[in-house]
Amino acid sequence: MDLVYLDNAAATRMDEKVAQAMNPYFFDVYAVATSEFGYSLGIEAKEALDAARESIASVLNGAGEELVFTSGSTESSNLAVKGCAQALKRKKKGNHIIVSGIEDFPVLNSARTLEKQGFEVTYLAVDETGLVGSEALEDAFTDETILVSIQHANQEIGTVQDIKEIGKMCKEHDVIFHTDATHTFTRVPLDVSVIPVDLVTLSCHTLHGPKGIGALYIRKETPLDKIMDGGFQEFDVRAGLENIPGAVGFARAVELVTPQENERLKRMRDTLIDRLLAEVPDTLLNGHRHKRTPQNANVTFHYVEGESITLHLDMRGFAVSTGSACFSRSLEASHVIMGIGGDHERAHGSVRFTCGRYNTGKDVGAVVEAVSDVVQSLRKISPLGKGG
Amino acid sequence: MKTVYTDKVIEHFKNPRNVGRIEDPDGKSTEGSPACGDMVSVYIKVDEETRRITDIKFESYGCASNIATGSIITELAKGKTLEEAKNLSWKDASEALGGLPPIKAHCSVLAVEGLRAAIQDYEEKHGLVKEKVPTTEDIVRKRLRHVMNPLTGLDVVRTELIIKVEVKEGRVTVTVDLPENHQFAAAIKEDVKDKIEPLWDVKEVIVKFEE
Repeated sequence: MDLVYLDNAAATRMDEKVAQAMNPYFFDVYAVATSEFGYSLGIEAKEALDAARESIASVLNGAGEELVFTSGSTESSNLAVKGCAQALKRKKKGNHIIVSGIEDFPVLNSARTLEKQGFEVTYLAVDETGLVGSEALEDAFTDETILVSIQHANQEIGTVQDIKEIGKMCKEHDVIFHTDATHTFTRVPLDVSVIPVDLVTLSCHTLHGPKGIGALYIRKETPLDKIMDGGFQEFDVRAGLENIPGAVGFARAVELVTPQENERLKRMRDTLIDRLLAEVPDTLLNGHRHKRTPQNANVTFHYVEGESITLHLDMRGFAVSTGSACFSRSLEASHVIMGIGGDHERAHGSVRFTCGRYNTGKDVGAVVEAVSDVVQSLRKISPLGKGG
Repeated sequence: MKTVYTDKVIEHFKNPRNVGRIEDPDGKSTEGSPACGDMVSVYIKVDEETRRITDIKFESYGCASNIATGSIITELAKGKTLEEAKNLSWKDASEALGGLPPIKAHCSVLAVEGLRAAIQDYEEKHGLVKEKVPTTEDIVRKRLRHVMNPLTGLDVVRTELIIKVEVKEGRVTVTVDLPENHQFAAAIKEDVKDKIEPLWDVKEVIVKFEE
C-alpha cells in the first residue's frame, strides 16, 4: 500500500536534488569553515556556507550578512525572542513583550520563560479565523513594550497574518518585530525591503530540505544577545560548528520551490477544503478561507474524535494530524483551535491536511473519499452522531 | 502499520462489538462530556428474574482506546449478573485488550464508569439500592470525579476546580473556581447537576462560581 503523506507542515520527504547538493559536503568538503587565512578545504567550506547564506537571504530581499544559521526554527525563535528581550532589557528599554496567543511553541514557550524571569507578556487574542486585530495590537502597546512576535502564518490552521500592517505599527511604536515564517517561507512572499520586520524565523524542513538546519534573518543593528555560549561563528551571534551540508541543502531546497508549485499546492488545498465541506455533512473550516498558506487545509468533523479518524486513515495508508487532546502527548487540546474561539469539541474532531511536492490530485481525491467514509462510520457509533 | 496499540485494541477499534443504542433500555448512562473530550453512553437490558445483563450496547464519541474499551467491557459484561458486572474494572478491560497505554487511562476508564453508572441507574429505578446512605460531602466529591474540567480534559476534583462542597438538609452547594461568565461555566454547571441530582436524598443542587 502506497502511503499518501499529508502532514507536510510537520516534516517533508527530502528532495533527491537536495541530497545530491549536500553529498559533497559530507565526503569531500568536510572541513570546518575557516577564516580566509585558513587552509584550502576550510576556505572552500566557508565559501559554500556564505553562498548558501546569500542565496537564502536574497529570497527575502535581504543581505547575506543579515542571516545566521541555526539548528532549526525552534532555535531561531528562541534566539529572536529571548536574545532580543535580554538585549533590550540590558539597555533598559523596557520589559513588555506582545505575542499572539496562537504562536507555535518556540515563541509561546519562550515568552512564558521570559514571563517567569520578570518580563510582562501580553498574549493577544485572535478572531475566529485566527487573525490578530490591529486594534487589539494597538491597545496592547505600552511605554514598556520592546518586542512584538507574531507569526507570518499559523502552523495548524494556516492563517496568514497581515505582517506589513503589524510591522508598520511596531515601527511607529519603535518596537522590534519578530515573525515566525516557518510555514510561509518561499510559499507566501516576504520582502524585508517592503515589510518592516526585524527578525524572521526560517526553516526548510517543510520545504523538502533537511531537518536540523534553520536560519534567523536579523535586520542590521537589531539588538540581540547570544543565547548559547561558544565560539565566534555566525557573526558572533550563534555559536557552534556550522552545519555546512545542512546550509547547502537549505539553499538548494529554497531554490527548488517555484511559483508554479505554490499554485499547484493552492489548487490541491482548495479542492480538499471545498470537497470536504461539501461532501461531509457537519463540518467546519478552521482558519481563514483565503488568507491561508497554499499547503494547509484544516477541518473539524463534528461528533467524532480526531485520533480515531487519524488511526483509521493510517490503516488505509494516509498520514494526517489532529488537534484533539487524545492525539497529543500532553493530553491537551490544540491551543490554536481553542484560541480561535473553539471549544474542546471543535478541537476534538479537527484534522489538518498539509500538501507537499509529492502529492497529486489523485491523493486529494483519495483522502476525501477515505475521510468521508471514516467519519460516517465513526458517527454511526457516536452518541452525538447523526449518521446512524 | 506501526502503532502503540496492541493487535487486540486495533481489532476492537476497527470492529467494535455491541455498538449502538437500545431503544427502551432498563438502565442507561452517559459519562464524559462533549465540551471537554471523550464521551460514552451505555445501555443495558436486564432479566428481572436472574438479574443478568441480557443485552448491552454502547456509543462512543472518543479516541481509539475509548472505543476499544467500550467494545471489550460490553463483551465482558454481557450475560453476567449485575453484581459480577459491577466488579469489572478498567484493569480487567485493559488486560482483555492486551494492555493500554497508561496515558490513555483517562479516555478508556469512561466506558467502565459508563457500565457501572448504567447498572446504578437500573438499581435506582428498580429500588435495588440496598442501604440508603445519606449523601455526604465525600459522596458528592466522589461523584464530581465524573465531571470533566474542559480546560484540561481531566476531572474537576483532580484539577482542583472545586473550592467547596456543602451538604445541608437535602441541599448541595458546589463552589467552582471559575468566573461565572467563563466559557465553560454553563457546561460544568449542567454536568454537576446531572451527576448530583439523582442522589436519593438530594432536593436541590446549587452551583456557584467564584474566582
